[in-house]
Amino acid sequence: MREQFEVRVNREAITVDDTTTVAAAILRAGVAGFRQSPDGHWRGPLCGMGICAECRATIDGVPGQYTCQRWCRPGMQIVTGAASDGEAPDELEER
Amino acid sequence: MSLPDAIIIGAGIVGAACAERLSADGLRVLVLEADVAGSGATAAGMGHVVVMDDNEAEFALTRYSSDLWRARSAELPQRAEWEPVGTLWVASDAEEFEGARRKLAFYRERGLQAELLDEQSLHEAEPQLRPGLAGGLLIPEDAVTYPPPVAAWLLRQMQERGGELRQSVRVQAIAGDMVVLANGNQLQAPLIVLAAGAASVGLIPALPLQPRKGHLAITDRVPGFVRHQLVELGYLKSAHGSSLESVAFNVQPRATGQLLIGSSRQYGQTSAEINHGILSRMLQQAIGYLPGLAHLSILRTWTGFRAATPDKLPLIGPAPGHEHLWLATGHEGLGITTSLATGQLLADLVAGRPPAIDAAPYAPSRFADSFREEAARAGTV
Amino acid sequence: MPAVPQPVRVLVVGAGPAGMQAALTAVASGAAVTLVDGSPSLGGQIWRGEQSHSRAAAALFERVRGSEVRLLFGCQIVDAPEPGLLLGAAEGKAEWLPYDRLILATGAREIFLPFPGWTLPNVFGVGGIQALAKGGLPLAGKRVVVAGSGPLLWSVAAYLRGRGAEIPLIAEQTDLARLVQFAAALRFLPSKFMEAIGIARTLIGTGLRTGCYPVHAHGADRLTAVTLRTSAREWTVDCDYLACGFGFAPNLELPLLLGCTVRDGFVVVDEWQQTSVPGIFCVGEPTGIGGAEKSLAEGAIAGIAATCDVKDRALKGSTASLFAERLRCRRFADALRRGFALREELRTLPASDTILCRCEDVTIGRLIGHPSWRSAKLHERLGMGHCQGRVCGAAAEFLLGWPMESVRPPLFPVHVDTLASVVPSREHDG
Ligand SMILES: Cc1cc2nc3c(=O)[nH]c(=O)nc-3n(C[C@H](O)[C@H](O)[C@H](O)COP(=O)(O)OP(=O)(O)OC[C@H]3O[C@@H](n4cnc5c(N)ncnc54)[C@H](O)[C@@H]3O)c2cc1C
Ligand SMILES: Cc1cc2nc3c(=O)[nH]c(=O)nc-3n(C[C@H](O)[C@H](O)[C@H](O)COP(=O)(O)OP(=O)(O)OC[C@H]3O[C@@H](n4cnc5c(N)ncnc54)[C@H](O)[C@@H]3O)c2cc1C
Ligand code: FES
Repeated sequence: MREQFEVRVNREAITVDDTTTVAAAILRAGVAGFRQSPDGHWRGPLCGMGICAECRATIDGVPGQYTCQRWCRPGMQIVTGAASDGEAPDELEER
Repeated sequence: MSLPDAIIIGAGIVGAACAERLSADGLRVLVLEADVAGSGATAAGMGHVVVMDDNEAEFALTRYSSDLWRARSAELPQRAEWEPVGTLWVASDAEEFEGARRKLAFYRERGLQAELLDEQSLHEAEPQLRPGLAGGLLIPEDAVTYPPPVAAWLLRQMQERGGELRQSVRVQAIAGDMVVLANGNQLQAPLIVLAAGAASVGLIPALPLQPRKGHLAITDRVPGFVRHQLVELGYLKSAHGSSLESVAFNVQPRATGQLLIGSSRQYGQTSAEINHGILSRMLQQAIGYLPGLAHLSILRTWTGFRAATPDKLPLIGPAPGHEHLWLATGHEGLGITTSLATGQLLADLVAGRPPAIDAAPYAPSRFADSFREEAARAGTV
Repeated sequence: MPAVPQPVRVLVVGAGPAGMQAALTAVASGAAVTLVDGSPSLGGQIWRGEQSHSRAAAALFERVRGSEVRLLFGCQIVDAPEPGLLLGAAEGKAEWLPYDRLILATGAREIFLPFPGWTLPNVFGVGGIQALAKGGLPLAGKRVVVAGSGPLLWSVAAYLRGRGAEIPLIAEQTDLARLVQFAAALRFLPSKFMEAIGIARTLIGTGLRTGCYPVHAHGADRLTAVTLRTSAREWTVDCDYLACGFGFAPNLELPLLLGCTVRDGFVVVDEWQQTSVPGIFCVGEPTGIGGAEKSLAEGAIAGIAATCDVKDRALKGSTASLFAERLRCRRFADALRRGFALREELRTLPASDTILCRCEDVTIGRLIGHPSWRSAKLHERLGMGHCQGRVCGAAAEFLLGWPMESVRPPLFPVHVDTLASVVPSREHDG
């Protein structure tokens, strides 16, 4: 069995291994809307293969990452909910 | 429509502006466009509406046109993305800062708002600029826009006055008061206005026009990254020089929150392909001024062609040696800015009204020699 | 023949079955082979991920890993600035990739068609949900409606079931009559036939509806139900996820950027898989949507052709059987295309406020009056966003008959400093 470790999705700890994509980790945290479109609609992953750009989120402070194309690594900090492509969301409110 | 009073070739922003003004004077206008409305350089350009001071004629036209833009800005459709962000001319060293001072004096003498920024206030105005720059000159009234919807808006007004726009119709030749279409059909009008941008020279080879290629790149949405149109003072060397190839730092914040990165200038190029060498130089120049740009994403790149005359001033008025033909082209890198003034000047000259500014510096007759040579070659009079 | 001082450098783009096979074959001829892929691992779409399953796949993975092939993952090709040189972007860094021969194995992407609600979170592609599941999305106890078109629906439904999902139904838009014709064509590929039987066994008890398609996805901030339609009725099914895809479109951006001729939507190749550009080969889905077997055969052929002179190629013992295999696969590809041609009604699904371009929120209604893709792009921002028309392009072509415009670098969004990197001088090439 693969070694398990934790990543944080909007501050919630999620247990994953190194075959888990960041997109899957976010979905496991119960988050369906990863980001907002220009007109403010919630969107989540569509293609799972790096084409549609709908799965973008902030990973370790870098906004706009394609989460379906990234493996989880121990201690990763993942933040969803950006209102536009490149913009990191404001420091997380306590939700 | 029954016979039009005027045929305009090209529905870029200049053709559209001429169409709007001529139709306002009661002419029935027919606009012929090879592609779609607002294409050509109008779909490629940066959309910086800017007052320039290289010479009096350029200043007069850009200033007059900026005033017209501002006067109509409230009517512009939302998609025109009109944003009065102002221009911030950036001086990298003491010599360029001197240039900024001269510019300040020039603008102030002519009653234009302008403000000199020292190193500290430059940093406050644009924190993303690298430290150590000498200062800058802020022109608060300059603006940015997204030109294709402006062209569409101007054409709609022409259509509401009974004019007509035909898209996907290429003009093959101009002969007297006739235009010959690519499909062989002919159309007639007492007034023909050639506003086909850099492609105009394909129809009238005598035009003293050279295509001047430019590259642009656009980033992700990063609202607030920069606040003004940022241009290096060295830009003037690039724009007004005649070297074969040059790049300058020129970054524009778009209403979408994206950044538009320019600009390059190349003579002697006809292919629209991206040239990696010049694109990379242009991007490096931009990173040199805005280090934080390095890790923003580029979504796409493209090129466009400016129509450059030898003196960098446009051709507005009757074409020497052609009885029915008028010109509205040759706007180089300022045709978005000067489109509205071009339409107004052309309509004034057609109607025989005295224009608000002296139109002589833009008269095609200043290049009468090259038209005569063509006429001699063609054996016509 | 003059002695070649250095082994020929073969660059393979795309690490799916086609690319893996091409790389293995080329390296066996003594070439210096680099295999590059934008995704983080080997396998392409079908065999995605580290712990992939089928035995054939596992063997190919082993062989590639044990070979001299240089592997480069997480590296997107973004530009082709001059002949013999590609620019890749790997973790935000520029990666210059010189080559003597180039094999394009860029695969395909799913076709998504708009209908009201298709942009809701938890509406995935069919390949999309499979990729997410392989990446660790738990499915136990989830209700997943699988809809769209093509054999992928069945294999993914079977896969999801194997992971504990409940599949209330599979909605295949094509009609039963066509499906039967397609089944007959499976004889071209015995392996497909066996696969189909296996899948059929797993799917017993799952409703397969033909002539059936989704018309509305419901939910506020995420999917809760989907309305389906057949010629007879319309009804709504509650579900957690909708997996919906309407077949595949090839990834043509890189071939187009390199100037390869494309006809009827696919890259034109000669019998050795060489494109219209000498020294550039193309294999797998970009030459015709036909599945993994076709990709493997074409990959092997290109691997030979890229490394052997014309007269030596015939000496390779396996070429005759490869050509025969490829022919069988192409017949299968034709049957696939005919069997799952998209029905007219799908054009009528979007309402005027349905979004077509997801990146820029451009609705169908805003396209009215525009004569072309370019017009809608310039005036409404259609296709101007992050995916660069990869999703809305195929939909606009199907709905409106608008072909997409030309491609330009960067092929994928890329950091400014990566695109700004300077072409290395030729001395450092080798
Ligand atoms: C990279 C770049 C950046 C620029 N930045 C700025 C800026 O910031 N500010 C600014 O003011 N200006 C800028 N410009 C300049 C500006 O874009 C042009 O001066 C302006 O768009 C010219 O408009 P036009 O209508 O004359 O020509 P175009 O926009 O080129 O329009 C000509 C039209 O004619 C059509 N046509 C051509 N041939 C035929 C034919 N035979 N029959 C029928 N139709 C035909 C074309 O399809 C086209 O639609 C820039 C230009 C470039 C290239
Ligand atoms: C989402 C999806 C799911 C599928 N699932 C199945 C299935 O379960 N069963 C089945 O029989 N068939 C499936 N298929 C069909 C299957 O992909 C093909 O039949 C087979 O994999 C074709 O192999 P290929 O090598 O041609 O393409 P692919 O397997 O698609 O491989 C192409 C690879 O190239 C990479 N690439 C593309 N462009 C670039 C670039 N510019 N730079 C760097 N890398 C690039 C891609 O990331 C990808 O990894 C699926 C297809 C898709 C698109
Ligand atoms: S889900 Fe489409 S790019 Fe990640």
